[in-house]
Amino acid sequence: MNVLLDYLPEFRDGFLGTLAITASSGLLALVLGVLIAGFRVSPIPPLRAFGTGWVTVLRNTPLTLLFLVAFFVVPQILFQGASPFVLATLALGFYTSSFVCEAVRSGINTVPLGQAEAARSIGMTFTQTLRLIVLPQATRTVLAPLSSILIALTKNSAIAGAFSFAELFSVSKLLNDKGYTVAWIFLWTALGYLVITFSISGLFRLLERRMGVAR
Amino acid sequence: MSGASVLYDVPGRKAKARNRVYTVLGSLALLGLLAFAFLRLNSRGQLDPEVWNIFNNAGVRTGIRDGVLTTLQVFAVAAVLSLALGALLAVARLSVHKPVSWLATSFIELFRAVPLLITIYAVWVTLLANRDSLGLGGSGPQFWALVIGLTVYNGAVQAEVLRAGINAVPTGQREAAYALGMSKTQVMVTVLIPQAVRAMLPTIISQLVVTLKDTSLGYIITFEELLFTARQMSTNIIVNGNDTYVPVIIVTGSIYVGMCLALSSLANWIERRGRRTRTGIAVASAGEPVTAADAMEVAEAVPGGPAAKQD
Repeated sequence: MNVLLDYLPEFRDGFLGTLAITASSGLLALVLGVLIAGFRVSPIPPLRAFGTGWVTVLRNTPLTLLFLVAFFVVPQILFQGASPFVLATLALGFYTSSFVCEAVRSGINTVPLGQAEAARSIGMTFTQTLRLIVLPQATRTVLAPLSSILIALTKNSAIAGAFSFAELFSVSKLLNDKGYTVAWIFLWTALGYLVITFSISGLFRLLERRMGVAR
Repeated sequence: MSGASVLYDVPGRKAKARNRVYTVLGSLALLGLLAFAFLRLNSRGQLDPEVWNIFNNAGVRTGIRDGVLTTLQVFAVAAVLSLALGALLAVARLSVHKPVSWLATSFIELFRAVPLLITIYAVWVTLLANRDSLGLGGSGPQFWALVIGLTVYNGAVQAEVLRAGINAVPTGQREAAYALGMSKTQVMVTVLIPQAVRAMLPTIISQLVVTLKDTSLGYIITFEELLFTARQMSTNIIVNGNDTYVPVIIVTGSIYVGMCLALSSLANWIERRGRRTRTGIAVASAGEPVTAADAMEVAEAVPGGPAAKQD
């Protein structure tokens, strides 16, 4: 009990750190994921191949390895001296984007055939069909998997704590090193994550209710 | 919608020409990106032959081999234990004895909600504090922390997968079994679980891929599996005044991707095989994102049975 009260500022900073890294990498993952999903269904072969390769490689790479890549290989190519926040966002965002891409793609597949056919028959191009007709309707089915992907992202963000970014895991590490009871630290950190994951699932339930259409 | 071709018309002459232009532009952009990365790495001397020559060193090779073996060892132990725990938890959660079911439910929900890394770290700290009384020496605490963490987390997820599978078995099966006079245990063990496992095999294997990927968390608790070995080698081996992160990470990355791809293609193969046969309940899809908590979404997509309620 005392651990939380004694180290409230640390816990607060850690919580905000987790929140920040989740939000930024979630945003990156959403943008990239939708873009790559567009690539994967596009009429242009190299883009399709790129999308497939992207998803296959990123989905089968351990996230810890991606963190190593972001922290040791990426600076060799770009972004020298970038903050751990930026690098961790890159690793988490890229990793999660492959899952977002797959969710969006299966969402696109649930939109009835007639919709895309109708869009084409009134002369819409591929981009128009996707942007105006298919994606808005796919959103509804994508919401549910998206919520669990973001929850997984929140939990994965703990790895950023091991790579010198201040968030909840690094707080728990710090307090463990100071010799406090493991069980309490574990419970309080878990509570911090639970707050975020419950808010995410609540937010998505709200969104689903607002966007849901009885079919 | 099979194949995305419904999203665009069959290209005519103009569209074909346009697509060809985009194809060229797209390939050029991709090649440009690759060439940029290549040139940057080259200018930093990361692609020099001497740098890559380290893989001809016997020590490096044994290091990588030992790393792979340790990773596979952790994976094997954790996979077996998590499947056992998963079966146990699934049955316990479906138990008619309220306390048992309540206990299993809270266990599953707690450990599914907590990041795996936090669990592993907490177990590690606990084991380290009690290493003498537990008789763990060397890398024992790390190994068991990793195994226990993976087991607890993946066991919870596998339990949910299995429970969804059990719930997807048509009620007639259960009723028929009871009508024959089978006991609760018999119904569960000989009727429900075999069908559930069969239907959920692709999802179970996809979760095993997650287990395999998560063994790399051992890196953070300084357990000498593949990733940690790689990191150590790349810091220790200095070629031309540079550390060797780039080659070592590229090689270990390929090993990881290869191992995971092999397992996922097994899941996909079983799914395709299951779809061909027409007996029993439908086989769940393997390709769904089974990152962590979303095993249930896959399970709910199983046709032919009442989807398990989850909240």
